[in-house]
Amino acid sequence: MSGTIIIELYVFVLAGFIGFLVITRVPPLLHTPLMSATNAISAISLVGSLVAAGSDRNSVSTILGVIAVTAATINVVGGFLITDRMLRMFKRDDAPREKKP
Amino acid sequence: MTVRELFIQATYLAASVLFILGLRSLTRPDRARRGMNQAALGMLLAIIGTLVNHEIVRYDWIIAGLVLGSVIGYPLGMYVPMTAMPQRIAISHMFGALAATLVGIAEYYTEMKHGTVAGPKMAALGFEVLFGALTVSGSFMAFGKLQEFITGRPVTYRAQNAMNIGLFVLIVLIFVFLIFRPEYPVLFYGMVLLSFAFGFLLVLPIGGADMPVVISLMNSYAGLASAATGFAIGNNVLIIAGALDGASGFILSIVMSRAMNRSFANILFGAFGTAGGTASTKTAAGLSVREISIEDAAIQLAYAQRVIVVPGYGMAVAQAQHQVRELADLVEKNGGEVKYAIHPVAGRMPGHMNVLLAEANIPYDKLKEMEEVNGEFAQTDVALVIGANDVVNPAARTDPSSPIFGMPILNVDHARHIIVLKRSMNTGFAGIENELFYDSKTSMLFGDAKSSLTKLVAEVKNV
Repeated sequence: MSGTIIIELYVFVLAGFIGFLVITRVPPLLHTPLMSATNAISAISLVGSLVAAGSDRNSVSTILGVIAVTAATINVVGGFLITDRMLRMFKRDDAPREKKP
Repeated sequence: MTVRELFIQATYLAASVLFILGLRSLTRPDRARRGMNQAALGMLLAIIGTLVNHEIVRYDWIIAGLVLGSVIGYPLGMYVPMTAMPQRIAISHMFGALAATLVGIAEYYTEMKHGTVAGPKMAALGFEVLFGALTVSGSFMAFGKLQEFITGRPVTYRAQNAMNIGLFVLIVLIFVFLIFRPEYPVLFYGMVLLSFAFGFLLVLPIGGADMPVVISLMNSYAGLASAATGFAIGNNVLIIAGALDGASGFILSIVMSRAMNRSFANILFGAFGTAGGTASTKTAAGLSVREISIEDAAIQLAYAQRVIVVPGYGMAVAQAQHQVRELADLVEKNGGEVKYAIHPVAGRMPGHMNVLLAEANIPYDKLKEMEEVNGEFAQTDVALVIGANDVVNPAARTDPSSPIFGMPILNVDHARHIIVLKRSMNTGFAGIENELFYDSKTSMLFGDAKSSLTKLVAEVKNV
């Protein structure tokens, strides 16, 4: 148990470190899509909700699990869709560029 | 390890890698879409991996939840207008945190049925429900303020900070006690309720213009709640995704508070804006503003060589981004050059102005960050300020008694001419007068930004 939690702490710290390195390089231009993207990604808690809802442990777990599955799915579906919708809008100014050789 | 377990772990590992690649793609606007598709694929793999988990024995409820979530999520993704993006983001933090909180409660309930909860797991569950419940109510408050069914003004009362800090200390004490003595369900559920209340009270005194920080902070907390879920159920992909989200929200919070030259503590406990201008020494007494007619403004813009547009929350409220683009097209047709100066905290969330201008088909290479564009105002013929106020207030540079003194601002006052589109002479969020409006180079064009711009476009065509 204690061994696992130490490994989990390593995973957490290293992932946070990678997150810090990657995200500091995201330009302010894309900060809104960044927020909706990380929000969609952290809806991975759906994985935990699925286990709570489907393992038939007790009715409390099932009911809370199903609500959690619904909430997390809203973020997975809505989050990725809206991120893509936003990113689709960001276009470069191609017109003058094409004229230059 | 069975083949099934290997498969599940493989999907989780693939998801973790794809998530990181997806976020990395956001450093390049031209690659971002493809990267996010990879992240979505990762999500799909992780869900499939989980569904074959042997612990899951019933699928009827799961399918109901997945279908209902998709039915609600699809319109939230496809049809919410870009102008409603801040509240849309705020409510999504609520959903994410709600899922984490409920899983935490279900986990605690189930474990207690079979005896007790071990210390490390209790610590993870505690963090999960604490961050989760606080984010649920805090994000709901932010949503309410942005949707304007809750007042956007800071709500303050006597001993507010002392009460909030007291409540927070109480929650932490219960949490620490539970780690050693988890067998008191009443304390656990009490802690959830108190955290829930704390989220409301924390955001209550925070006004509309500070929402970028609140939203970023909630983004971070929702991520940490997910990561804590990962610790509680021993799942690495949750820990990784949660840590990424937590780091992202944290970085955004820092960027936002730096752009306001304020500390976290000041934003959370400072209740900015309540001073009501008493702190400011400069008042409008004896000063007069110069109004400009649509015709004169149109002539200035039609013959301008260099124009910088400075959008603010007022542009978002008036939904004037498409008219901005039309006007810019005309200026460019006349041989002028148009750039856009984006202050990091313009609007109600990080990147708010960029999204709106991109929606109006303005190429992103014309959207300039503050550091990049500030040196260019001196060579600018016309700076067109649309619904921005505090982010262009020179008092931030010159008046040490001003509440916004020290905040980095756009140097609009360096431009040769300044046209300010504004509804009225009401002060901005900070409740302080803006000297820029009384500058001899400044002309004011009063009225709704959208209708003013529409008239300007028509007039520039006639010049």
